[in-house]
Amino acid sequence: MESGPMTGPVLTDGTAGEPPRSADLSGMPAKPNPTGEIGGTFWRRFVFRRPLAALILKRLGLSVGLLFAVSLMIFGGIEALPGDFATTYLGQSATPQAVENIRKDLGLDRPWSERYLNWLGGAVQGDFGTSWASKNSVSEQIGNRLGNSLFLAFFAALISVPLAVGLGMLAVQFRNRMPDKIINVISLAAISLPEFFIGYLLIMFFAVKLGVATFPATVYESMSLTERLSAIALPVATLVLVVLAHMMRMTRAAILNVMSSAYVETAELKGLGMFRIIARHAAPNAVAPVINVIALNLAYLVVGVVVVEVVFVYPGMGQYMVDAVTVRDMPVVQACGLIFAAFYIFLNMAADILAILANPRLRHPR
Amino acid sequence: MSDYKDYLTRQVMLGKMNRREFLGRAAAFGIAASTASTLFATSAAAQEPKRGGHLKLGLEGAAATDSKDPAKALSQFMFVVGRNWGDMLVESHPTTGAPVPALAESWEPSADAATWTFTIRKGVKFHDGKELTVDDVIKTLQRHTDDKSESGALGVMKSIKEIKSDGDKLVLTLTEGNADLPLLLTDYHLIIQPNGGLDNPDAMIGTGPYKVASFEPGVRATFEKNADDWRTDRGFVDTIELIAMNDATARIAALSSGQVHYINRVDPKTVNLLKRAPTVEILNTSGRGHYVFIMHCNTAPFDNNDLRMALKYAMDRETMVQRILGGYGKVGNDFPINDTYALFPEGIEQRAYDPDKAAFHYKKSGHSGPVLLRTSDVAFPGAVDAAVLYQESAKKAGIEIEVKREPGDGYWTNVWNVQPFSTSYWGGRPTQDQMYSTAYLSNADWNDTRFQRPEFDKLLLEARSELDEAKRKEMYRTMAMMVRDEGGLILPMFNDFVNASTKQVKGYVHDIGNDMSNGYVATRVWLEA
Repeated sequence: MESGPMTGPVLTDGTAGEPPRSADLSGMPAKPNPTGEIGGTFWRRFVFRRPLAALILKRLGLSVGLLFAVSLMIFGGIEALPGDFATTYLGQSATPQAVENIRKDLGLDRPWSERYLNWLGGAVQGDFGTSWASKNSVSEQIGNRLGNSLFLAFFAALISVPLAVGLGMLAVQFRNRMPDKIINVISLAAISLPEFFIGYLLIMFFAVKLGVATFPATVYESMSLTERLSAIALPVATLVLVVLAHMMRMTRAAILNVMSSAYVETAELKGLGMFRIIARHAAPNAVAPVINVIALNLAYLVVGVVVVEVVFVYPGMGQYMVDAVTVRDMPVVQACGLIFAAFYIFLNMAADILAILANPRLRHPR
Repeated sequence: MSDYKDYLTRQVMLGKMNRREFLGRAAAFGIAASTASTLFATSAAAQEPKRGGHLKLGLEGAAATDSKDPAKALSQFMFVVGRNWGDMLVESHPTTGAPVPALAESWEPSADAATWTFTIRKGVKFHDGKELTVDDVIKTLQRHTDDKSESGALGVMKSIKEIKSDGDKLVLTLTEGNADLPLLLTDYHLIIQPNGGLDNPDAMIGTGPYKVASFEPGVRATFEKNADDWRTDRGFVDTIELIAMNDATARIAALSSGQVHYINRVDPKTVNLLKRAPTVEILNTSGRGHYVFIMHCNTAPFDNNDLRMALKYAMDRETMVQRILGGYGKVGNDFPINDTYALFPEGIEQRAYDPDKAAFHYKKSGHSGPVLLRTSDVAFPGAVDAAVLYQESAKKAGIEIEVKREPGDGYWTNVWNVQPFSTSYWGGRPTQDQMYSTAYLSNADWNDTRFQRPEFDKLLLEARSELDEAKRKEMYRTMAMMVRDEGGLILPMFNDFVNASTKQVKGYVHDIGNDMSNGYVATRVWLEA
């Protein structure tokens, strides 16, 4: 398992003025596809007048196509795994008779294309079906788990994003002096430790030795908000340590990149204070790559936290999907996969739109 | 000194030692007789169960995919859940393994052991207030015998031909005589449900000591005491909470920080670290589960008994128990039965590691070149290490074993019971007959050593309906010798069940039937304040 949120789309190199690209949507067609003369001109005029709305529309269209592709890939992936649901679910205690019964019951004996189309027919109408293993409604279960995942991610983001950006600016202000060095060393240390290790260290100190933190972090329905918050303190701390360094370093690099430009020099010569220069003049121009990294880390907080969930015994989406993959519970895996993909797509789109709002030059890709 | 006193005291509390033994050992250790008898008195007094409190268990083995239907219970977690809310007709005795009455208060076999009449206990209420009748029992058993059923007890129920009532008694007719039938009904899937669970198999309504208060698959389950329980010798705590903890380190952290009272599946690698925690008690129980290296007797090169013997002598069992089980286990003797089974054939010579004998048989077999062994850590904890250890001990006998590590995912589908030489594990079965029928009968689905011997099959069937115990024991002895000397099974070790609790937990029963006090842990223990 990789440590840190370094999976997912490739980043831009962070030079301001380049349109940020995301690997999963790379190569937006330079010319929209005119479906006919009239439609074509209408579309062109629309793009000219409302470039941002056009971009969002196009992105949404692409996203739908992408989700289809993802669902097909997940289905193919499960098909390619050794063993089907019946044999893996029953494990070592599978009698041919019981396996036969389950296969018949779920229609696993039918060709894969037919099974996929059946599932798709339901999914398009918003019906993700029932879990094969537990016979519970997938939507209902996911509602629960996704809520838990978002709860954890929200608080981790609430703490880590402002902290990372703030520390990044601080590092720039004191660049190559002691505070900068300390921030760098600590963030590099945090990024080099695997997340489960950070988790175990926190458990050892705060739960076992000092006994001040709640462990395990299991949350359940009848908990009050304060109980929940105390339960997630340690996993949130772990996640903050994991994602902080990445965002912080990107902020620092992007701002430093801008600091060497002419207008910052002008601001300095005007006699403005360092902090004001960074916050008012440099930061807005450095925002695009930073937003991209933040989006990526936010996606990671929802999608990539399986290990943290396991270590802290937290019932989130990641754990749910892993359980389902283990027994090839197709409807659950599909639903989880689509939600994860949708998260990535949405966050990337949001990042691009924000970057464009912050930097109008990006609206008209050359 | 105080450690030894602790140990002796524990032995008394576990009922493993009586007063005379205790005094004898204590005297031998130089504890004054007056102190010793006081000690015995306090530990015996401590046996008085306390009622009340909230018991928390951190258990491995839960998944979001767990089904509430007891027919489909597979995981360790659901095993305990079922034990809390339900009862079977028959239970097994924790130390002898003999059948003891539960919802069936007595039973009577016919002379050929093919027809059994059970008297169903009266005045038992389900959690929803409905009275238990013979009809509920019949419908339950029918639901698990139905060919369309997906029940885990399907294999157990195969031999039952007819289920009917005779007034308020239950009559089971079998396809052939079976002296062990009551023990088959102890299968943990066979929880008696109102109307057999036909209306709603997932309701979790039963006759057990606890009612299900909440259940989130793969996360948590909570229980409240059933005030109308028909038994008073169980269900001491008021409420139970089971928390799913699939991470071994998380379980140990939760127990040593006192967040839970009990955890299961302590890894032999970390058990000695956990032992140091002053608040923790390691609970290890000898059981019937065993770790195996299995050869297909009908596939070259394993179709040669000399090669099989060579590979059996090349196994260093003592080292396996020490290194793979951390000492928490017992050496095996190449047949799947140990002294926890009724009618165990005593006095069979223990097979030992003998490189010379191994080399002799290997040469006689005429085989040359490496032997391919497939393994994966899902086969049993430490299976890959065990395969490498085996490779080393076989090398000393001049046998080359090639170890191939297979992916854990799909191991049970593609390797076990498919490939000619692999590692695996077996949980115990209630009876010798069931163990042999499951894996050593010629036509058994899970005959994972391809041991096909008509005379063995015949003996097994004869022993099954033999009601004379001495005769039956002799038959089992012959069968054990056949498997040990001609079969494809290399059985280096029987693994202990290793669990742990805080010292607050009292009354833990070491049950040979299965792990976690045969699943009854939460209904049998109580909490000392």
